[in-house]
Amino acid sequence: MIELMLGNQAVARGAYEAGVAVATAYPGTPSTEITEYIAKYDEIYTEWSPNEKIALEVAIGASLAGGRAIVSMKHVGLNVAADPLFTVSYTGVNGGLVIVVADDPGMHSSQNEQDSRFYARSAHIPMLEPSDSQEAKDYIKCAFELSEKYDTPVIVRLTTRVAHSQSLVETAEPQPITLKEYVKNPNKYVMMPGMAKARHIVVEQRMKRLTKDSYDLDINKIEKGNSSIGIITSGVVYHYAKEVLPEASYLKLGMIHPLPKDLILEFASKVDKLYVLEELEPVIEEQIKSWGIQVSGKELFSVQGEYTANMIERAIKGSTVNMKQKEELPNRPPVLCPGCPHRAVFYNLKKLKLTAMGDIGCYTLGALPPLEGIDACVCMGASIGMAHGFEKAKGKDSSKKVVGVIGDSTFIHSGIGGLIDIVYNKGVSTILILDNSITAMTGHQDNPSTGRTIKGEITAALDLVALVKATGINNVRVIDPFNLKESEAALKEEIERDQPSVIIFKRPCALLDKSQSSPLKIDSEKCTSCGLCLKLGCPAIQKKEEGMVIDESLCNGCKLCTQVCRFNAMEGVDY
Amino acid sequence: MKNINILIVGVGGQGTLLTSRVLGSLASKLGYDAKVSEVHGMAQRGGSVVTHVRFGDRIFSPLIEEGRADILLSFEKMEALRWIHYLKEDGMLIVNDQAIDPMPVITGNAKYPDDILNRLINRISNVFIINAQEIAKEIGNIRVSNSVLMGVLAQHMNIKKEDWEEVLSSIVPPKTIKENLKAFKIGYNTKLGCEEGARLNDVLE
Repeated sequence: MIELMLGNQAVARGAYEAGVAVATAYPGTPSTEITEYIAKYDEIYTEWSPNEKIALEVAIGASLAGGRAIVSMKHVGLNVAADPLFTVSYTGVNGGLVIVVADDPGMHSSQNEQDSRFYARSAHIPMLEPSDSQEAKDYIKCAFELSEKYDTPVIVRLTTRVAHSQSLVETAEPQPITLKEYVKNPNKYVMMPGMAKARHIVVEQRMKRLTKDSYDLDINKIEKGNSSIGIITSGVVYHYAKEVLPEASYLKLGMIHPLPKDLILEFASKVDKLYVLEELEPVIEEQIKSWGIQVSGKELFSVQGEYTANMIERAIKGSTVNMKQKEELPNRPPVLCPGCPHRAVFYNLKKLKLTAMGDIGCYTLGALPPLEGIDACVCMGASIGMAHGFEKAKGKDSSKKVVGVIGDSTFIHSGIGGLIDIVYNKGVSTILILDNSITAMTGHQDNPSTGRTIKGEITAALDLVALVKATGINNVRVIDPFNLKESEAALKEEIERDQPSVIIFKRPCALLDKSQSSPLKIDSEKCTSCGLCLKLGCPAIQKKEEGMVIDESLCNGCKLCTQVCRFNAMEGVDY
Repeated sequence: MKNINILIVGVGGQGTLLTSRVLGSLASKLGYDAKVSEVHGMAQRGGSVVTHVRFGDRIFSPLIEEGRADILLSFEKMEALRWIHYLKEDGMLIVNDQAIDPMPVITGNAKYPDDILNRLINRISNVFIINAQEIAKEIGNIRVSNSVLMGVLAQHMNIKKEDWEEVLSSIVPPKTIKENLKAFKIGYNTKLGCEEGARLNDVLE
């Protein structure tokens, strides 16, 4: 059957057809849908793990037990999982082990533009890169075969345009889920120095064997065309190039680590001018240059952002279509949704002029005007350690002006360690956990605090208050952020305290909250157009020539604005 | 068949993804090669959103390049202007006459341009303007405005009305099929003025 499938959906289908037994992940754009789609297959045990390191460790355990396992994450997630990654390269696998990592060139939804291919090189793990949904499915199956044949984990790298584009996929029958026998083998699986030294030799031999065999690997393809231009490329960039240079010769790499050296030498010898087209870092280009081959790459292109077909045409052919002029217009940045509980917290942070160390999630949007409630954002869980460090550098009194802001899922992911650090090292920071009871930014995934698994089953819900208390924090309170006055008083009290404290601001994500009522209206008789309500940065409240207006199609009746308005000008509610 | 490139733009939350799903299903149902590219995550939260739909005999890139879109379908009028440079020389613009203020306008740091429709008409010869949400309101469901826009789009493509209706019915929530089909029909039957009068299906075939 042929179906139009998202790249991520095709990865899931590939896992199903490959007879995967266990699938794990922590959500992260653009990788999230992979595991959501896998969860729909009843046969496959699927979980959201608390973070990517744990997700990989669960997958390693499943592989050791003899089942095929797949773990998915975004590029920065692989940093979190890097510790087990480097050593599972030494132990190898029992059941096939595939790590899917989705890079985000252009940073559509990420904090950096790192290139995951470096991980494959430094951890000595083979890496495949599909260019569309059909290949995404096929390469996952290929990755499992390679994993078991060469006794290695295999990384499959996607980029946003492959993960989030739909193209046609021909599906096949799944192979049954089978378990290999587990045989105790400390020399292979216990990585102490004595054993690891022996395994490092095995790793090197494996990569040499893969390099040699990659000459015949059918996912590395030469497409003969005009011999004047030869292009070495992989992933979606192959399609950009085919769009504007259909006549050129191509070496399309399906395996991007290790590189098929002999195939590349052969291809290079048959073309007049050789190009490498790769987004982000010159990973392939530098390896080819190190073999003494002349090749053009990054002198024509940037290491920043995505490539486009027009860009390739301009660089190689020197021309492209006539460009129309772009218009100068007001930007349309993403915003916190109407009714978002985070808005209320940031309104108070700004009012109290607090410095806030932020974290990764929807609440990062609180950094933008008019709320401007976040001072810094680095990575998952960083807010707590950063608030602590800020205090230690500036002295105790600074903690009265500084807070750490983190979400429920992010706190569980990697925030808890920072809190233990604060208590252990006598910090006095105030940490705000914005608990909207869901992993929201990536599209509403469950997490250990929601009481539901990825399959929708009821499970134990992590008690955040008990967890915080167990670290040794004595001052924990739970507040509804939509009670602005109570929130403000609590903030003032906790930042003054000479002890560490945690405020859990608890209110469900506005997109999931069913309790909200009908839209409000502005009473133009009462409204003085003072603009105070605009400080909330609610997209539903707009200033028009006739005065303030609430856009009915956007307002979800959260009533936060009624607490800010001094003239009771919002209609449709009881005061 | 020559490849067709349709760029769908709007504001996160307006339902542009439903339209691209309908187009993608329609193209694969008719046996074309098809690619649809969308952006998820942070870009969706009330920000400017864009979806690329391409179909034909053989599609390589999932993305439409600047200057190469046959049709620009815009759910919001300022977004039409923002993405206008993606249209090819004789490309067609279908625009919903709706204004949604972005945050810099709400906070008073920028002004929503008041001459957008004129600027669009001055730059593009094939412009069709419709107030889809007004029609949707009359039908009684504000969410069906994207079906009105699909109806207008369908006027200009060589795909049978029945195929559109079948695919639309299979994708929208079952309870809203009737309202969506009504919205589609109104869009399909509304005769809109176009400065040059050229029909895109003449250009495409």
